[in-house]
Amino acid sequence: MARVDLVYFAWVRERIGKAEETLELPDSVVTAGDLLAYLKTLGEEYETALEHENVIRVAINQEHVDHHEPIAGAREIALFPPMTGG
Amino acid sequence: MSGAPVTVRVQRDDFDLAAEVRALSASRHDIGAIVTFSGLCRDEAGSLSALELEHYPGMAEAEIARICKQAITRFGLQAATAIHRYGKILPGENIVLVVAASPHRQAAFDGANFIMDFLKTSAPFWKKEHAADGSSGGWVSAKDADDSARDRWSKS
Repeated sequence: MARVDLVYFAWVRERIGKAEETLELPDSVVTAGDLLAYLKTLGEEYETALEHENVIRVAINQEHVDHHEPIAGAREIALFPPMTGG
Repeated sequence: MSGAPVTVRVQRDDFDLAAEVRALSASRHDIGAIVTFSGLCRDEAGSLSALELEHYPGMAEAEIARICKQAITRFGLQAATAIHRYGKILPGENIVLVVAASPHRQAAFDGANFIMDFLKTSAPFWKKEHAADGSSGGWVSAKDADDSARDRWSKS
């Protein structure tokens, strides 16, 4: 089990219903993509928020990563929609 | 010019374009061109009353700084400044400022353009619209045109 801080932004935050949480992740969660799949098993709000998995962006320790990248060593993982700043 | 100064700020308050240009060029005599870009909140023909900008504190600053450093290396900029506001922003108000300095104009134009294209697609900010009729217009969707604008930099 790995303990990790998760932070959510914009409509991902609204749909999950919280801005942050700390979770113990099972060892089967290896990549960012595995994390999304695991979170979707935690409840309807996660399922709704992460329904379109391919549009969800992931950052590990405040740097963008692809879904296939491993999350080992992550202190903070952020999930958010495509960015619309500027 | 890897030692070129980078100024990045993410703030609620407005910024002063002239003051930022002065700060960037103060006590230097080697800069020949400064390009500034300001992004403002539009009222969308009267239908929008405000934008609410959410950001990821820490990563927003870090990501914009990464983009500015790439622009400095790629275009040989002498200095770069990027300021992005968050919170509630009304039509006519500033959202973002980019300042790029170089010895000759083309690098400054290209540098400012590059910084904005990457800022829009990879700096962690999200806009929510407030409609003039009092309803929440919802989250702004990312545009394919913004991805295309970013991707053209990898073709050349």
